[in-house]
Formats: sequence, structure tokens, C-alpha cells
Amino acid sequence: MNFDFLRRRAELLDRLRQFFCTRGFLEVETPLVLPEVIPELHIEPIRTADGQFLQASPELAMKRLLAAGSGPIFQVTRSFRAGECGPLHRPEFTIVEWYRPGDGMAAGILLLEELLHALVPEAPRCARTSYRQAFLRVLDIDPHSATDAQLATVSEEHAVAKPQAMDYADRDEWLNLLLATRIEPQLGISEPEILYHYPASQASLSATTTDAHGAEVAERFELYWKGIELANGFHELTDAAVLRERLTHVNAARVADGRDALPLPESLLAAMERGLPQSCGVALGFDRLVMVAVGAKTIDDVLRLPQAMD
Amino acid sequence: MGTYNTSDFRKGLKVQIEGTPYVMVEMNFRKPGKGNALYECKLKNLLRGTVVDRTYRAGQVLEEADVMEFTGQFLYRQGDKFVFMRSQDYEQYELSQEQVGDVWRFLKEGMECQMMVFNNLPIAVTPPNHVVLKVEYAEPTARGNTATNVQKPVKLETGAEIGAPAFINTGDWLRIDTRTGEYIERTKEPEA
Repeated sequence: MNFDFLRRRAELLDRLRQFFCTRGFLEVETPLVLPEVIPELHIEPIRTADGQFLQASPELAMKRLLAAGSGPIFQVTRSFRAGECGPLHRPEFTIVEWYRPGDGMAAGILLLEELLHALVPEAPRCARTSYRQAFLRVLDIDPHSATDAQLATVSEEHAVAKPQAMDYADRDEWLNLLLATRIEPQLGISEPEILYHYPASQASLSATTTDAHGAEVAERFELYWKGIELANGFHELTDAAVLRERLTHVNAARVADGRDALPLPESLLAAMERGLPQSCGVALGFDRLVMVAVGAKTIDDVLRLPQAMD
Repeated sequence: MGTYNTSDFRKGLKVQIEGTPYVMVEMNFRKPGKGNALYECKLKNLLRGTVVDRTYRAGQVLEEADVMEFTGQFLYRQGDKFVFMRSQDYEQYELSQEQVGDVWRFLKEGMECQMMVFNNLPIAVTPPNHVVLKVEYAEPTARGNTATNVQKPVKLETGAEIGAPAFINTGDWLRIDTRTGEYIERTKEPEA
């Protein structure tokens, strides 16, 4: 146990609450156990004995508050994801999540950067790099226009170990593989870095737009520092019909992958049909932020009571 | 034989791929927030000692290797053959010098070793981390030269040569780290 790390964790949490309170955010607490989830292809929720779910993120509940007229809100909460265990992953971890009505992607990025500097004053200014720029910089390939064959070639050239039994017909699998193995480790090395404009196929719950090169991109962004993914933000999708279509597609992909379809978040979809204000929302992995701020090597070093590592 | 799911993956796991046993020497879990989990593994071939990189996606399975480990006693050496006996049932196993590897240099009759067999064929021997061996021959050193930072080769009772400080003489007993093959200290004759 490193009590110095734990003290600094507590200080960072204090500063984080001050940051949001002075900006008029309301701190909220939403249920951890819910009857429905927002299905994700690559996130496995943990089920409770009575057939409900431990939340994988507070997004569902917080967006319902937002739709009900809460105004800007933030939450510090535990989230749960089955099977995620490694130096940067724990099945139970702390998310800080916030939403501010009226914000677009640029305002959302700015707020995230302000928060980072409020918590870690010595952090340099954040670089802003589009998903396309990152792929061009590291792999010399345009991720939006490259063909599947070109992605295969570049993967081979950069000696990316080919996962066993991966379906290469799915270009998002290619892009994720290259991002995870070759680009992420080089992100935010000299300064924190915001990666934005993901491919529209990876929009998740974000709105989409057309970028300056005419590609359909997601208004989604991530903060990386020292090669570690710290936060994920969306200029939020507000169209319930589009979200239903995306989630139905996710469930079909889950079934094709041999897993079960998950119940759709009907409560959220209904709230969106009544009207979700335009907003930007961000989820920050608080444990990882503490890791980077205090210089810890693994997520276990900054947990209040570390779970046993193998 | 059972199987291991990616969620069982960890260092030290023994798996079998296309009939060859491997031990997982490194495992790195990588997962972008919205992307698929990747398990980047380094697998050491237990027959050849070579290491290969393999990446797996969540949910994939590997076969458990039919590898058994037990304590065995080194009985004697006959030419290129090293003969061991399983302590539990006195079953004997013969290994070539190549199979034993570099650690042959520290094997002494009666020594208890960890043995590994694959499909009932011995594939590896691990002696204790520290062993005490007698110096069979050490070149005499000029009087007064007691510096400890000067090393000289000495011949051990097993026939192996290692580097030892200048003050070591023929007949001394040395404690040796078998993992690095290095001299640790001079010690007393071990009790039989």
C-alpha cells in the first residue's frame, strides 16, 4: 500500500469537485444496478443474480437526468466491466463523467483540457490530433480512405502480430488493431494529446459530421497522456432513431461473434424521443489520471484497496 | 486435456499449439475503451527454447499442455546421458546434455531438481537456485594478491569452469547461482 499515492488521489478528487462546482455543475449519484445497458460490442457488463446489470458506465442514467432538465451535471462513480484485467484495467474502476448542455465538440475538448490543468497544473498544453493525422504520422495511411487491402499491407509492414482468428473483413477491427498496437503507445508522449474525429463507424453514442476532406467522421474524442487513454468524449447524438439503429447493429454483431444480445436502453431511447439537449459529455478514467499524475506504474498502485494481481 | 480461455491467460501458463508445448513468459492485456481486447503474448517453446509473439482476441482458447512437473534426483552421468530418478516412485529418466542445457555444469550426484515432462518425455531440468560445489582445481595466486575484484577461472567438481575471486584455492567450497552461473561466496563444506 502506498499511502502517499492514496493521499494524492484524495487531493485530486477534492480539486476535481471544486472545479465542477465553481462552474455550476451539479454533482449527482445514479444507481449502480440497472435493468438495462447501452450494448457495446467490446464491453461485457457484469450481471447480478436477479438478471440486472452493474453499470459499465453512468451514461444511461446521466443522460436521462440531462433529458429531464438537470443542466450541467457530473458524477464520480464506480463502473464494472467483466474480464478487463491488466496494468491499466480493473473489472471495477472509477469513472468521472460529466455533461454540459449547449457544448459542441470544441467546447467539450476545451473543458476537458481545463480540468486536466486544474488537476495537474504542470501538464503542458494539449496537442490536438485528428484520427487521420495520427494514422498518417505513424503509419503513413489515411484511415478513412484506405482500402481493407491497404490496411492489411500496412499492418504487415509494421509487424503487427496478427491476432488468431480475426475477421479481416471488418475494417474497424483493422483500425482498432493498428491504433492499439502502433499508435496508442506513441500518443501524448511529450504533451497530453486529444485524438478526435474517429471514423463514423466508431461513433458509438456521438454525433457525426463531415470533415474538411469530405469524410464522414464521429464527433468523438479521446485524451491520451504518456501513451495511456485517459478520457473519452462525445458531442452527444440526440436522435433516438439513429441510436436505436446503431444499438441494434451492435447486438447483431455481438450475436455474430457468439455472444448474447443485450436489452436495449428503452428508458434512454424514450427520454431522447422527448428531447435530449445538445451537449458534450466526457468519461474520465479517474484511476488512470491519478496514475499519470503521481507517476504510478499500474492501476493497482492507486486503488484504495488493491485487488490481488496474479 | 483442458483448455484455457483468454481470461485465464497469465505468466507461467503452459499451453499446447499444434502439438508443441509452450510456456507463456509475458502477457500484456491491451484494450482501447471502445475496441476489442487484445492479449499480446510471448510464448516460449518448451522443446526448443525459442520465443514467439502471438496476439489473441477476447474469448479465444488455447489447449492446456500435457506437461507434468515433479521433483527428481540426479543419479549419475554416463557420457552424454544424464540419469534422473523421480523421487516419488523411483522411475528413471534419461536426458541428453542438450536437453539438460547449460545447467549440466552444476549437477551433482544426489541433487534434487525440478523436472518437466511432456507426453511422458523429459524436456527440462531446473536445479536449485543456489548450489554448493567443490573447487577441483584453482591456479595458485601470488601471495598478497587478495583483491576481490580480480576474477580467475576455477574448475569445479562437476567439470565446469566458472569465474571466481583470486583468493579461491583448490578444495574450497563455493556457493553458485545456477540461474546466472555466477559465483556468490566461499562457504563451508556442506554436511552430508
